[in-house]
Amino acid sequence: MQLKPETKTKIKALLERYPRRQATLLPVLHLVQEDFGYLSDEVEELVAKELDIPRAAVSEVVTFYTMFYREPIGKYHIMACHNLSCTLMGAEKLIQHLEHRLGVQSKAHLGETTEDGRFTLTRVECLGACGEAPMMQINDKYHLNLTIEKIDKILEELP
Amino acid sequence: MEKKLLTKYWHDPNHKMLDGYLKNGGYAAIKKALGMEPDAVIEEAKQSKLRGRGGAGFPAGMKWSFIPKKTDKPKYVVCNADESEPGTFKDREIIHKDPHSLIEGIAICAWAVQSHTAFIYIRGEFTEEAKMLERAIQEAYDHGYLGKGICGTAFDLELILHRGAGAYICGEETGMLESLEGKKGQPRNKPPFPASEGLFQCPTVINNVETLAVMPWIVLNGGAEYAKLGTPESTGTKLVGISGPVKRPGVYEIEMGMPLMTFINELAGGMIEGKTLGAVIPGGSSTPPLTPVQCEQAKISYESLDKLGSALGTAGIIVLPDDFSVIEAMTVIARFYADESCGQCTPCREGTGWLYKTMKRIYAGKGAAQDLQMLSHISAGMKGRTICALADAAAWPMEGFLRTFPEAFQKAVTPKQAR
Repeated sequence: MQLKPETKTKIKALLERYPRRQATLLPVLHLVQEDFGYLSDEVEELVAKELDIPRAAVSEVVTFYTMFYREPIGKYHIMACHNLSCTLMGAEKLIQHLEHRLGVQSKAHLGETTEDGRFTLTRVECLGACGEAPMMQINDKYHLNLTIEKIDKILEELP
Repeated sequence: MEKKLLTKYWHDPNHKMLDGYLKNGGYAAIKKALGMEPDAVIEEAKQSKLRGRGGAGFPAGMKWSFIPKKTDKPKYVVCNADESEPGTFKDREIIHKDPHSLIEGIAICAWAVQSHTAFIYIRGEFTEEAKMLERAIQEAYDHGYLGKGICGTAFDLELILHRGAGAYICGEETGMLESLEGKKGQPRNKPPFPASEGLFQCPTVINNVETLAVMPWIVLNGGAEYAKLGTPESTGTKLVGISGPVKRPGVYEIEMGMPLMTFINELAGGMIEGKTLGAVIPGGSSTPPLTPVQCEQAKISYESLDKLGSALGTAGIIVLPDDFSVIEAMTVIARFYADESCGQCTPCREGTGWLYKTMKRIYAGKGAAQDLQMLSHISAGMKGRTICALADAAAWPMEGFLRTFPEAFQKAVTPKQAR
């Protein structure tokens, strides 16, 4: 297993911009996770070597932040907000609908993935779009002012 | 009703692009600032009496003045765009509609403290917003507002956008510095304060997005002009967000001191049909709730909300209808802080967990009368005993809910047959 050459080039550019090597760790992990889908032990090892920092320094960061995954996740990661503003606007009903529709259990940090590997359903805390609650994020995109009908339409239209 | 300094051009869809921003007078403030002595810029910021808009409300100009003038170390400016306090979504709006005023504000701050490297730390989930900022930053580099010799002067400024990866605690300023250094976002003991030993142990200013984005207005119009707005203790305008079952949720810029109910009823349109106001959390989920009676007395200012036992915080208002259980609301809040405690201080790691477990038990109808005393006792044991304010942020709403809604809590721990 190796890092992609174009990722290595991007890492080199990051190392030139940041005052310290380790400071590039978060951006590097974002890049590498995009390539591999998740951060396995092997990938952590590669990152540690590339940045010339201890493996433990990589592991502790990977396990601290919720957006770094230690296991494969679905093609679409549905992150449904269940914090207060979204709860007030009916988030629980929407999450139950998603659980029912997808046949998986939602959980905090990382929820279950559908058998076909298409969806992972995670409950997340406030995503900072409370004025348009209830909301959820699917991969990079925010979906706002949701209703059950809207969610169904969004899921059906995903490639 | 609204008082638009920062949001004046937000109706203009081109304002987020450099062309539109320049047409609306953008980047005139940094040019003016670069013609002033750095200390004079700090003086304007001080005179504005602008208090940091990230929630803590520390005077921004004063913060800048703490950066040592004579030092061999590099100095850094860090913009806190890790907006994560539940109920808060104003910085996201600034990034969407006005990214260049943030970049210009950062440049003004960098000139004032003589820093040549600035970072925007944006929460990881704001992927689309990161792309928007990246594009705006590139435009600013391409047109000489960032990079070598900005605006044709000899002043260099690098601006690096740095994405977080999902951790509320990184919004705490020293947690943010740790995260920027490529570590777990666990807050540092203070002192030393970031102004003397911040990022990479160098002098560092950390300001919220809104604080920086309003700086162009302050430089152009003068700090004294800004201080004329609002109240003596809460000068200027404030972006206030409102969520929950109101007719027009969203972000509005108002002059500080507006009565809370005027804001809710007139700007946000009041409650949606069929809902009645039950309680208001005025400044993000760590601020204690207000009853409808308190809401009638409240003004949107630091001092008015302090006096009522709450706080302005981030000015993210969450409106609870009277048919929504305050027990459920507090359970959600307790869950959040338990989830986000970074785990390094025992009173916070254990305390937030106990608050959540106890609230969950009460919400499930399995609470006992002594649970209420225990909640108070745990909260008291958390406050002021940890490295950062997350433990306090969890204990304040807990104490606030107990104080404000004693009957609801009593009822919740009374066995059903005895009610």
